[in-house]
Amino acid sequence: MTTGTEAAFWMDTHTRLTLVEVAETCGISESVVQELVEYGVLTPAGAEPREWVFGAECVMSVRKAARLCNDLELETSAMALVVSFLDRIQELEAQVRRLRSQAGGV
Amino acid sequence: MKYKDYYAILGVKRDASADDIRKSYRKLAQKYHPDVSKDPQGEEKFKEVAEAYQTLKDPEKRKAYDELGTAHASGQEFRPPPGWEQRFGDAPGEGQFSFDDNIDLSDLFESLSRGRRGSARQSRPVRGEDFEVAVRLTLEQAFHGTQVDLQVALPEYDDKGVLRAVPKTIKARIPKGATDGQRLRLRGQGGKGFNGGAAGDLYLDISLAPHPIFRVSGHDLYLDLALAPWEAALGASVEIPTLAGAVNLKVPPGTAAGAKLRLGGRGLPRPEGTPGDLYAVAQIVNPTVLNERERELYRELAQASRFDPRGQLAKGSA
Repeated sequence: MTTGTEAAFWMDTHTRLTLVEVAETCGISESVVQELVEYGVLTPAGAEPREWVFGAECVMSVRKAARLCNDLELETSAMALVVSFLDRIQELEAQVRRLRSQAGGV
Repeated sequence: MKYKDYYAILGVKRDASADDIRKSYRKLAQKYHPDVSKDPQGEEKFKEVAEAYQTLKDPEKRKAYDELGTAHASGQEFRPPPGWEQRFGDAPGEGQFSFDDNIDLSDLFESLSRGRRGSARQSRPVRGEDFEVAVRLTLEQAFHGTQVDLQVALPEYDDKGVLRAVPKTIKARIPKGATDGQRLRLRGQGGKGFNGGAAGDLYLDISLAPHPIFRVSGHDLYLDLALAPWEAALGASVEIPTLAGAVNLKVPPGTAAGAKLRLGGRGLPRPEGTPGDLYAVAQIVNPTVLNERERELYRELAQASRFDPRGQLAKGSA
């Protein structure tokens, strides 16, 4: 089976997703996405939920958190916490990579 | 079919309460969950624990499991007693339910709950599962874009309704613009949906193999540029490699060690927008062996120069 390029897209800020798409991609309900926005871990552009636009870079940590919370039977508030920690880890890892590249010899 | 001791897997007694089973599951799940565990066997252990919990947390399934008896040791071949499946809810009748030697105990309980859900729920479309696969690229592949063959084993239901891992090869085109830590989504290349549900997606988790010359930071590249002391002092035009071929770089006079010389747009391409930059980090390298003439010139320079490289230290101690 060959996959055309049209089926592939980068999960970064340039890929925009709606509320429905984020819910579908992360395997959670729209109301859970709305809760994550209320907790401040997702920050879409747009005022109303139906106008919300998310950068696709948020998807990976939300998916991971959703999986964890589903398997460990945790609540959405815990999921919000996990998402914020995962984002922080990702940020720090990127920083380590950056510093290593600049310093060299590692 | 091989027997599995679900109680032993969860580390509870056969008469454990539902509450104890849940507590024990949560503890083990936290320990082995593949998203948090560093244990290389974590995923395998988590699957076992989750499988045991899926059966034991459901009172009906637990009862069914208990009726299989206690006579079997874990891993021992066994067959459920005749008519066993008929006793539970709307389990499918004979013929639909085969005790194939290849089927797994978890498939058995999975079929049991699918049977129990009844026909109304069965026609509901279910979306296929998403999968993530790690893809390691060379810097050159990321720069030019590439095609990779991904070996994956995706679970599918066979015609008997039994879930099996089906190995397959997916050819994926990685457009240029990849860098370390980026994800690419291949829509519809994950697990198959059932009852007309859409297929899941396949996520490629991209990492870059270390390169002998370039270090990667986002879409920027760094390389160490060795300079002779006189090149750094006087300036020079030096040839340096880039991923698109060698270019000439003008080193300005008075370049200090550690200075970053930027070559705009010579880094990795971005999926959108301008490409990253290439930075040459100046390193001043002394010849290890000096001939008499070189030594003489250095001596002359030492005499003539009023440069004090430790001026800062003197100021600090004063």
